[in-house]
Amino acid sequence: MSLYAIIGSGAAGLAAANAIRARDPAGQILILTADPHVHYSRPGLAYVLSGELPEKQVYQFPREFFARQRFEFVQSGVQAIQTDAHTLRLEDGRALRYDRLLIATGATAAMPEPPGMQLEGVVKLDSMADCQHILNLARRTRRAVVVGGGITALELVEGLAARGVEVHYFLRGDRYWSAVLDEVESRIVERRLAHDGVEIHYHTNLVEVLGQKGRVTAVQAEENGRPLTLPCQMAAFAIGIQPRMELAVQAGLKVQRGIIVDDHLRTSAPDVFAAGDVAQVFDAQSGQYLLDSLWTPAIQQGRAAGANMAGGDVIYEKKFPFNVTRLAGLVTTIIGRVGKGETAGGRPKGDADVAGIMRGDSELWRLSPEAVAAQTYAGDNRLRLYLKDNVMVGAVVMGDQTLSRPIQVLIQEQVDLGELRAALLSDNADLARLLGDFWEGYQVKHAAKIA
Amino acid sequence: MNFRSIFSKTAQKHERLASQAVVPDPQRCVQCGICSYNCPLGIDVRLHALQGLAVVESKCLTCGECVKRCPRGVLRFDAAPLEQITLKAAK
Repeated sequence: MSLYAIIGSGAAGLAAANAIRARDPAGQILILTADPHVHYSRPGLAYVLSGELPEKQVYQFPREFFARQRFEFVQSGVQAIQTDAHTLRLEDGRALRYDRLLIATGATAAMPEPPGMQLEGVVKLDSMADCQHILNLARRTRRAVVVGGGITALELVEGLAARGVEVHYFLRGDRYWSAVLDEVESRIVERRLAHDGVEIHYHTNLVEVLGQKGRVTAVQAEENGRPLTLPCQMAAFAIGIQPRMELAVQAGLKVQRGIIVDDHLRTSAPDVFAAGDVAQVFDAQSGQYLLDSLWTPAIQQGRAAGANMAGGDVIYEKKFPFNVTRLAGLVTTIIGRVGKGETAGGRPKGDADVAGIMRGDSELWRLSPEAVAAQTYAGDNRLRLYLKDNVMVGAVVMGDQTLSRPIQVLIQEQVDLGELRAALLSDNADLARLLGDFWEGYQVKHAAKIA
Repeated sequence: MNFRSIFSKTAQKHERLASQAVVPDPQRCVQCGICSYNCPLGIDVRLHALQGLAVVESKCLTCGECVKRCPRGVLRFDAAPLEQITLKAAK
């Protein structure tokens, strides 16, 4: 009987456990986790924070499901991996043997290091425990400052605003999420935030978090080069995430920004696999190893890793990374390459507000599409497309999502748009109508493929 | 201009409510559970989304609460896949 150990109980870990069980009904599956809440929809925390969803709702699987799958949970962090001996040393002192190991430890919020970060009222949004902590504090928080960028920063901004907190959002540069959104899109988001009463401070750097009796009382910042002291009871940070790869580093696995894995999700050590936010996965299209911090790739990677751990031969093919999220109340779909393609030291450059990759983010988005763009917007609805030769390689669909599924299919299937190219790129092209008409024809021809 | 106007006219919408089912796109789903939470009949829409199954239960009123509330555009009204309907008839 094989003994499988999985470190981490998030999306990738659970997907792997399910995939192992599907192939190996007898094997012993141990899931080691330091998270007392074990498994829940991490993206769902945003809606718990905003009050749209009660906490109990984000637990995806009932306990009986875990029992039926015969998953054994070990509530402990792991201190070290000995890859030669195939053993783990747990934080509670125990040693465990494994036949095959998956590292699915995810990522943790990167925190800046100004003075005052130890104060109560300094928060992040990694886990259910963080979410509960914020909600507890929010009851006696009149004003909060949010620092950072990307999706998580907005989840904090919107969640706190929904709880009646006066929110001040600090941006280091002159617009929101400049690495992925273009200026029109950033402005749409900012305008909507302002409409909801959020005060955005541009060109603002946090200098220090001030406190009394161990609690946050204000932040000290520089706004347009001038000092700003803002009394507040909470300082929330979302400046990016760091893959949790200390164990892998210690064990001598090959790492860069994450744990390097091949197309079977194998690390450089025998019988050790990695998946999810912690894994830096080969992308055949760009020829680079890239990080994603996305729910669906985490699950796909977990499934492939689990199948391979149980003796399968499953290749994980990195697809066009794709995320749908809500930015200031607008559903926004981001697919493929949409960024400006600036790189610094060989890695995709982010914007000034974030230290690296964020949650709900993909490094691939920041790569330049090396393609021509077509765009249109009406009100808060926005469509931005990138064509390379005759195929679409990236898109942002903000607001009305009618076209987002068609575009998703056209990109993922790399459909030849040769007949449309000239029209799409002409001045004042009605992109929505052109794509809508094309899609109707495509659907008829390819009904089976779409379903 | 409104993108939605391309596809949906009121008549089409009524037609859809009468003849179509809630169909998920599992790739978009993050299993947050807002859909199940808002279903007035307590249908576990999230589980359907996980398994990639259309909501063809006769209980579903096609009221659209789940479609409207999903923050990620996972759910849409569409024709349920034929094999799922036949499967149900065979039960």
